[in-house]
Amino acid sequence: MSDEIDNKQSIQAQSSETMNQYSGSAAADIDYVRPAEIPEQDLYHGHSFITKWVFCQDAKVIGVQYFLTAVFTGVVGLILSWLMRLQLGFPGLAGFMTAEHYYQFVTMHGMIMVVYFLTALFLGGFGNYLIPLMVGARDMVFPYVNMISFWMFFIAVAVLMASFFVPGGPTGSGWTLYPPQAILEGTPGSGMGILLMLVSLSLFVIGFTMGGLNYLITILQARTRGMTLMRMPLTVWGIFTATVLAMLAFPALLVSSIMMTLDKVLGTSFFMPTILKAGEVLEYGGGSPILFQHLFWFFGHPEVYIVALPAFGIVSDLISVHARKNIFGYRMMVWAIVGIGALSFFVWAHHMYVSGMNPWFGFFFATTTLIIAVPTAMKVYNWIITLWRGNIRINTVMLWCLGFIVTFVNGGITGIFLGNVSVDVPLSDTYFVVAHFHMVMGIAPLMVIMGAVYHWFPLVAGRMLHEGLGKWHFWITFLGAYSIYFPMHYLGFIGVPRRYFEMYDSPYMTSAIGMNEFISLAAFIVGAAQFILIFNIIKTLKTGKPAGKNPWKANSLEWHTSTVPPEHGNFGDRLPVVHRWPYDFSVPGAKEDFIPQTTPPSEVVHTEVEKT
Amino acid sequence: MHVGIIFFLVILGSVLFHIFTPWYWTDIASNWQGMDDTITLTFWVGGGVFVAVCLFMIYCVFKFSYKEGRKVEYKPEDKKLERILTWATTIGVAALLAPGLIIWNQYVNVPKNALEVDVMAWQWGWQYRLPGEDGKLGTTKVVNINDENPFGINPDDPFGQDDIMIQSDVLNLKIDRPVKILLRSVDVLHNWYVPQFRSKMDAVPGVITFYWFEPNKVGEYEVLCAEYCGVGHYAMRGTVIVQDEQNYNQWLNEQETYSELVAKQNKLEIEKNKIVKKIDLN
Repeated sequence: MSDEIDNKQSIQAQSSETMNQYSGSAAADIDYVRPAEIPEQDLYHGHSFITKWVFCQDAKVIGVQYFLTAVFTGVVGLILSWLMRLQLGFPGLAGFMTAEHYYQFVTMHGMIMVVYFLTALFLGGFGNYLIPLMVGARDMVFPYVNMISFWMFFIAVAVLMASFFVPGGPTGSGWTLYPPQAILEGTPGSGMGILLMLVSLSLFVIGFTMGGLNYLITILQARTRGMTLMRMPLTVWGIFTATVLAMLAFPALLVSSIMMTLDKVLGTSFFMPTILKAGEVLEYGGGSPILFQHLFWFFGHPEVYIVALPAFGIVSDLISVHARKNIFGYRMMVWAIVGIGALSFFVWAHHMYVSGMNPWFGFFFATTTLIIAVPTAMKVYNWIITLWRGNIRINTVMLWCLGFIVTFVNGGITGIFLGNVSVDVPLSDTYFVVAHFHMVMGIAPLMVIMGAVYHWFPLVAGRMLHEGLGKWHFWITFLGAYSIYFPMHYLGFIGVPRRYFEMYDSPYMTSAIGMNEFISLAAFIVGAAQFILIFNIIKTLKTGKPAGKNPWKANSLEWHTSTVPPEHGNFGDRLPVVHRWPYDFSVPGAKEDFIPQTTPPSEVVHTEVEKT
Repeated sequence: MHVGIIFFLVILGSVLFHIFTPWYWTDIASNWQGMDDTITLTFWVGGGVFVAVCLFMIYCVFKFSYKEGRKVEYKPEDKKLERILTWATTIGVAALLAPGLIIWNQYVNVPKNALEVDVMAWQWGWQYRLPGEDGKLGTTKVVNINDENPFGINPDDPFGQDDIMIQSDVLNLKIDRPVKILLRSVDVLHNWYVPQFRSKMDAVPGVITFYWFEPNKVGEYEVLCAEYCGVGHYAMRGTVIVQDEQNYNQWLNEQETYSELVAKQNKLEIEKNKIVKKIDLN
């Protein structure tokens, strides 16, 4: 009780102080920001190495931990893709490559890249690092839970990697894990492999729920004074909406994992109908394989947007900062993110047009899917209109953004092919699909990740990454990745089915041999080029140019911390007070081409700023 | 400067690749020309948008690259422009969706005169069953399947007796006669797919799924499994031979019906019993 009274007093003290600061000047009114409603949180400051760097409760350190773990899984996924391309481009060259291995590599590559790399990187990595800084909080609201979230993820990754070493190897059921084959002999890793995969996914969901609740509540409850929802950077909007999707979508993955585990271990028949295998009828009956697909894609489609929405948000901020221009149509951008997020729960069965579900669903899901194209297209228009009459720095960050626009529009357009139900019929399960989703949710988000790394590395490490190396990294990656996936669509037109260990004795498909060799060579080069970044980071940490404060002249709060890199608690003695949106670039009448969010109106009286 | 040029070359290269590509459709051999046409339409509209967006971006890179003190437009919103773009996109998307839905409507409504073909899939192979003179397929059950009854036909079902059984992965079809493919699987998911026919559907254990097409070109086509079904997936092939009426009927007459198979097996059984008896007598 007495605590509460103390708190109220301190809040009053704070607010009257703010008023006093400007009392007697005409600026008092225009600079007024509502006082804080809740007191600041107490933080646990680690002192030992273990509490500072291992079991750490600082969201920034947790973000870096998530980032590094995700990058580790990404490198594993990359190596697996090399092995697959080796088989597809040059069949028989690698003697150890059996069909079993090939399917195991396909499966692990897919699952790692979608869940353990992209999702963990965007939400766990960028989310943890940026949310508290961008909304002006000292940390996540539940730092201890946040720490456990990372360690659950770490255990999930360890379990996943352990499946490489169990008898039978990892599961080779495709990343969609469709039953019945996922848990029946005839699919590689149908014993321990699939079980470890299901356990790992369950752990991931549990860990992610802890993190996700943190992101949501921090964004909703711990924003600093003046940081209204419509003044948040789009990065935060993207991560926020993606986390809402994750909270609603991951439970479907969790229950389907649990149900399949029961089918496997206890012999229940959630997904298993009567099955004849090697002349014998198995002891299953009455289950539905299509039910699993509905559950999986109810998770799986929002999952696409769980990756895409943070990328949309981040790229909006990067483009705006480096084009020195406000993001065009901010409110439209926010509503597009929220709208896309909501719609993403009504389109899942567009992955199932030819799955054998009732074909009349096709009409509904084709319509909802193509409706999503509208807000998505609006976002693309707004990005390019932001460039229009801007003052565009053509640096490494901007290059990645431009690369994103090209690959994302390309992949979005092919999405209209596949979403349009009858057009999907000839193209589904072919390389057209592989090319489409790699372009739109592999390469495009990767472009954003890279842009974000070059953009925020100076904040995280206090040093600027080397521009020259960055440009080499970009051009090899962009040109290489584009020449992998653009021609791959045409394999789909020929009719080449995906998930084929070996293909090319079909008469009309022999023409694709040359292309496959080319694609494989490009894949080797693009993969190798990623080590330029790792080299760049190591070199920069040792000898890089110090970044100083706010090297990009950005407005959002993360660049206005008391120290660079920000310490635990982020903002020193006083939390920042926000007076404007983060996109006041090149405002007419202002002295410089940017006005930070913390600048009160009284300091920029003669400017035509946006009243947000 | 060079940045804009490289991006421009990428876009130009994409367009040229599309025009001059040696890799494109495998020649169509069914009635689903409408699918190809919708794809072509989507290519024009979608490709146009892709090129337009990228060229606009490239123009901006050329025109507005960083110069100290450049005057930058400050215009957070433009309601009118946003409205125009929203409506234009909506109309474009609707124009693509409409033909897609019309063709889907044809795809899910099977013509009355379609020949029903039972396609049975397992790890890893296919076999087929055609209706006999009664024009109807007998019902089946997975648990009925054994050496004497390879399709699991219900022995009590009168429609099943004259069913024509093709215990081979080669199926013959008559040209210009619609075919309704009835898919079933005894173990895991499969998908009976002939690229030239454009159409496909998963075979799901426990249910019967369907699709239809009308082969319109005489020839031999490869069947591919298009839904991952385990380690033998890539080897799960079959053949379809599309024939004119005369050749087709000749082939059909050579096939065995279920009752013939049962009779043959009963005869074998009797012969075997005789031999056993003889041995006993001796």
